[in-house]
Amino acid sequence: MKTCKEVHRLVIEGQDRTLPFTERIAVRVHLMMCGACRRFEAQMEFMRQALRRFPGD
Amino acid sequence: MAENVFYDELEKLRPTLMRFAVLQLRDEQSAEDAVQDTLLAAFEGAEQFSGRAQLRTWVVSILKNKIVDRIRKRSREAPLPEVSESDDDDFDALFQADGHWQEKPSSWGNPEATLQQSRFYDVMELCMKALPENLARVFTMREILEMETEEICKELAISTSNCWVVLYRARMRLRECLQLRWFNEGVGTE
Repeated sequence: MKTCKEVHRLVIEGQDRTLPFTERIAVRVHLMMCGACRRFEAQMEFMRQALRRFPGD
Repeated sequence: MAENVFYDELEKLRPTLMRFAVLQLRDEQSAEDAVQDTLLAAFEGAEQFSGRAQLRTWVVSILKNKIVDRIRKRSREAPLPEVSESDDDDFDALFQADGHWQEKPSSWGNPEATLQQSRFYDVMELCMKALPENLARVFTMREILEMETEEICKELAISTSNCWVVLYRARMRLRECLQLRWFNEGVGTE
């Protein structure tokens, strides 16, 4: 079982490379059970959207 | 579109393009040059603009190429120093010894509502400008120019694993800054 510390890193790396299948599954499983990491993932997703929309409309 | 109307429409985009270019090139003069080249290329290529895409989208895509050209040139002239895993900021402090969060990440609310606010982009711009140059260059190539990680590492002649470290740091710093400058201020919930 991966820790939040490991998972937050993989969530970020998942934005920059394709994670190996087993890691992707481990992250998914962790996220299912961990609200804190789900929030972190949402923050990362938000940042990506925000940067792609810069400088706004 | 008549030529003079097209010209006016292009000129109207200049401030937006400048903001975009300055953020990535971090230098007023080379941003101005890139924008100038872009507007000229757009004007000369007017017949290629069929009106299918939005004018702004089309011009921004030209600008992105001009920016990448400049970054390429700059990277050849002044390579980035390697960022080592142990450098300065210590994100380990966000976690307890057993790997749990010290503090649960906060909810950033409704993303769409935040992205509608122009003041949010001002704060984000400020946070991006606060990133050290060696992180910012890689990060903007990845997120604003939307290049693939392998492509960036190759352009900048840095190792792939170093690229990941840099991108990790940049994201963690931006997150920290947005939390502090925007979400803690409660401006997002007005």
